Amino acid sequence: MSYLIDNNEGARYLLMGNESIVRGALEAGVKVAAGYPGTPSSEIIESLSKVGKEMDIYVEWSVNEKVAMEVAAAGSFAGLRSLCAMKQNGVNVASDFLLHLAGSGTRAGMVIVPCDDPGALSSVNEGESRYFARLVEIPLLEPGDFQEAKDMAKWAFELSEELRQIVMLRSVTRMSHASGNVVFGKLPVSDVHAEFKCDGFVLDPMEGIMTSAPVDYRHTQQQEKLNKAREIFEDCPFNTYDGPDSPELLIITSSACTLYSREAISILGLKDRVGLLKLGTTWPLPPKLLKKYLSMTDRIMIVEEVLPFLEENVKILAAEMAPEIGVKTFYGKNDGKIPMVGELNPDIVVNAIAQTLGIDYKAMPDEYANKAQGVAMAGTPSRELTFCPGCPHRASFWSIHNALELDGRKGFVCGDIGCYTLAILPCGFSSLKTTHSMGSGTGIASGFGKLGGFGFDQPILSVCGDSTFFHTGISALVNAVHHSSNFTMVILDNSGTAMTGFQPHPGLKVNALGDEVPSIDIEEVCRALGARVEVRDPFDLEETRKTINQLIEDKQGVNVLILRQICALSPEKKGKKKYEMTIDEEICLGENCGCNRVCTRIFRCPGLVWDKEKEVTRIDEVICTGCGVCADICPAGAIKKSSVLKEVA
Amino acid sequence: MGNIQLSKDPYNIIITGVGGQGNVMASRVLANMLVKKGYCVTIGESFGASQRGGSVMSHLRVSRSSIWSPQIPRGRADVVIALEPVEAIRVLKDYGNPEVKILSNTRAISPVGVIAGELDYPSMEEIKKSVKELASDVWFIDATDEGLRLGNPILGNIIMLGALSGVGVLPMDREGFKGVISRSIPEDKIDINLKAYDMGEQMVRV
Repeated sequence: MSYLIDNNEGARYLLMGNESIVRGALEAGVKVAAGYPGTPSSEIIESLSKVGKEMDIYVEWSVNEKVAMEVAAAGSFAGLRSLCAMKQNGVNVASDFLLHLAGSGTRAGMVIVPCDDPGALSSVNEGESRYFARLVEIPLLEPGDFQEAKDMAKWAFELSEELRQIVMLRSVTRMSHASGNVVFGKLPVSDVHAEFKCDGFVLDPMEGIMTSAPVDYRHTQQQEKLNKAREIFEDCPFNTYDGPDSPELLIITSSACTLYSREAISILGLKDRVGLLKLGTTWPLPPKLLKKYLSMTDRIMIVEEVLPFLEENVKILAAEMAPEIGVKTFYGKNDGKIPMVGELNPDIVVNAIAQTLGIDYKAMPDEYANKAQGVAMAGTPSRELTFCPGCPHRASFWSIHNALELDGRKGFVCGDIGCYTLAILPCGFSSLKTTHSMGSGTGIASGFGKLGGFGFDQPILSVCGDSTFFHTGISALVNAVHHSSNFTMVILDNSGTAMTGFQPHPGLKVNALGDEVPSIDIEEVCRALGARVEVRDPFDLEETRKTINQLIEDKQGVNVLILRQICALSPEKKGKKKYEMTIDEEICLGENCGCNRVCTRIFRCPGLVWDKEKEVTRIDEVICTGCGVCADICPAGAIKKSSVLKEVA
Repeated sequence: MGNIQLSKDPYNIIITGVGGQGNVMASRVLANMLVKKGYCVTIGESFGASQRGGSVMSHLRVSRSSIWSPQIPRGRADVVIALEPVEAIRVLKDYGNPEVKILSNTRAISPVGVIAGELDYPSMEEIKKSVKELASDVWFIDATDEGLRLGNPILGNIIMLGALSGVGVLPMDREGFKGVISRSIPEDKIDINLKAYDMGEQMVRV
């Protein structure tokens, strides 16, 4: 049983931020939860799915974020508290529905949890979800520590219900994936009945129809809800001040930056000189509260990630209040004290404060810093990201790369989001030449494939994972087939949403709650759409390469090549070796072979190591997963595979 | 071992390694052991893309009274547990100081650049010399090799935790370890993990 449903009020647990949010939702009696996997948000729906049966919650991994929000909204409309969770760019996908949902309003409490990734630690963007709250005019909350993540999540449902409006609870990687102590509250005993009331007066928020029209009426209602939120936020306990009555400098912050700011003040010993206003309610800002603290001092620093959201909004209020509170000097993103790009940390805040107040600070004695820097420069080879040992993507891109080289017409690959995004790097033989959002490789390929009339004659491939296929790849494929575009879509089917931890998707026979469900066959779908479809095992290098060469020769229509091989980290495969790999040191001639060390220099599986002293390749038995692929890349046949099915203890 | 008082508050621990070494598991087990002793623990973790061959780091802040930043400030590590030896040096560059203590595994995991023959991986002697220059107390432990002898190299992380207990800077004990893993790993794996923990503890005492 998960500790997240221990009915143990007052007990203290160590929870990851995402788990704290889940516990808060459980204490609020959440009944419907949906999301699409994406780091750093995935543990929210995952944790809920593990307790769904026991807590009587409907949990699903939806096909994409927009559908997840729609599924959750249905719960709210039917009187059930609901939650949807996603990574930052998921909000972009869901935003069309979000705009309209904000117009129609909600019924039972509904919370959207976007988890932003400042510094793009696990993303190819550091997009901001906070601006969506302002854009679609809904309340925004940002927890500043782990306890607050739980308490605020619970309160967010109550607030949503009071306003009849969806509430955004925004987390960041260093909150979602960090852990801290959390004291549990009570789990409710709930007995709910779902019903969608829609036969009342059309404009009745609880019994009418759910829509954003008539726009003038609903938009006015929406503004009133926002005004009410503003009033509530004036006295909200999640907005706190710590510091002297008349600080030399007032720091205004939110989210994980609260912890950085607090630590920076502590490191510099400035508790008596610097005040810290930590805001939990960051849209709409409560003006009276801001006025009180802005009046304390003339120098204000705003510490936040990533864009100057808080900074801009505070400045607007300060400008309006200037006749009463006087003119302020602001420090933050716009004057360059705090960087506009990347995530923050305590040191960045220390430096910003030290610079502003003219304090000298050194994190390390010069002598030590120089010595450590010198040693590190000489002796720490960098760790380039790479595919895991035994990863099917390495084999797939090996064949794609070789096929394109052999073809010789400057062919290229359009990619999107998944582990295979790494193929922009040498580990995927630098095959990907475009990478943007989910499903976009196939959409872009669809466009390239229509440029023949302008003399475009390069072969085009797109790659797309199995989960991504359902997310947005499928609509791009429909577009391509319908418009008679010409390219080859390669579906890298590794049987799960591998990058984020094997969440199920519509191609699998199991759902988030572990129930058996109908699966949708990618191959059949592609055929039904009218594409020519081939299926290969990427571990069969020669056959895969040959097929790609044939498909890119085809000058008509859209081809789909499904490369099917389970992820090396999947529970079915992990720890099980299909082959025992060895090197025949008599045959491996290393640099003298003429192969140019193709195995260790180009193929670069972490299980293969170039032994400089013996001048042969060797297998790292701890790392090798026994997939057997490298045996087929050695032209001399020095890499041997022998069949075993060995389970590691 | 269970009654040791922290020499500083917050006491800052970094567990570093390479994706797949059980870094996150080790940090959560250690943190839970300390929470059970009544401490406030904050963990900052980097995982996600870094799981794919990159360096992985967990920052643990242990305090009697409060939550701290999930990122340790520069130069402020008190003890570093390196599941991979070169990662110890990488961490010291940013978080080291003359008083820091280091426990390092000796099993190298070659970055792809080294496998490819483009970069050099320093010899164990060079690593030992560098680490000793940058730290006050240093222990090198053949944790992965011992783990292999126990049947699974992944046990290296538990051997390192046992070793951390053995050096006596944190209030850790075997009972606490057992209590924590009993809730997080399958029953049939508990004995082997306890064995690994004991082994680690012994290795630094010799």
